[in-house]
Amino acid sequence: MYNRIVLALAGVLALAARIAAFQPPAGQNEFVPASSLPPGDQLPAAPLLIAAYAFVWIAVLVYVWSVWRRLKRVEDDMHALQQRMTGGRKESRR
Amino acid sequence: MKKAFVPLTIVVAAMFAYAPVLIARADYEATMGLVQKIFYFHVPSWFVMFTAVFICGGASALYLAKGDPRFDRVAASAGEIAVVFGLMGLVTGPLWGRKAWGVWWQWDARLTMALLVELIFVGYLIVRKYGGPGSEKLGAAMAIFGTANVPFVYVSVNIWRTIHPKTTVVPTLAATMAIPFWYSVLAFMLLFTLLMTLRLGLERQRAALDELYLAEDDDV
Repeated sequence: MYNRIVLALAGVLALAARIAAFQPPAGQNEFVPASSLPPGDQLPAAPLLIAAYAFVWIAVLVYVWSVWRRLKRVEDDMHALQQRMTGGRKESRR
Repeated sequence: MKKAFVPLTIVVAAMFAYAPVLIARADYEATMGLVQKIFYFHVPSWFVMFTAVFICGGASALYLAKGDPRFDRVAASAGEIAVVFGLMGLVTGPLWGRKAWGVWWQWDARLTMALLVELIFVGYLIVRKYGGPGSEKLGAAMAIFGTANVPFVYVSVNIWRTIHPKTTVVPTLAATMAIPFWYSVLAFMLLFTLLMTLRLGLERQRAALDELYLAEDDDV
């Protein structure tokens, strides 16, 4: 019984020693601004800026084009319908 | 409005042509540098999105209360424009965030709620297009619920911890940044007026076409 307790204590102590020996690396406690990163690690801003502005322009143009296309289709339908109706009335008069 | 359409188009085109000059001359923000200039198109696009959402929600409520189809036409036009400008905000934001925050997207309160409002209005358009008879009223109810989300999106940055800047940024802008910013807001608002006029014209023509079809049926 005594031997088992000693053995268990020794095991716990060995484990504690291992845990104590394992220390995480010292954390970086200072903020590193992105501008001080090496040029290879820095993300260029200009392509992102150009992409954002280009997207806004393209979205507006595509939307205007889509409204114009739908408007034209409705106007074509109206024109065709008006012609059909006037044609039908002429037919009924005869 | 028809008379004002061409002059307004010229004014908006001129304002958008001059906007890059004004934005390029604006001071650089100290920590973000060049990429911060996305702000001058990103924030105004949300201004327009929220304005369009409020118009859509208000017109939808009036349509449900009074049943006048003119309100429904206003709601449909504003709802579509809200989706377009919401998409602009959702695309330009991550382009800015990638450089400023190091990530394209973060599932925080502001970004997630903004996406949710956009999806509600995409749903609104889908319901209107494919919902069949009565979808106008169902869509109107959706628009009212979508509009109710907007104040929460606006104050979300002040209530919850998010990586997005707070609402105090705009009122505290330095004059060198405030002038191009409010210029962009005005240009975007005029563009919205222009698009709304164009889109309402389409709705009116569709209503006229429907009346012609009904008249043809009566003739037969």
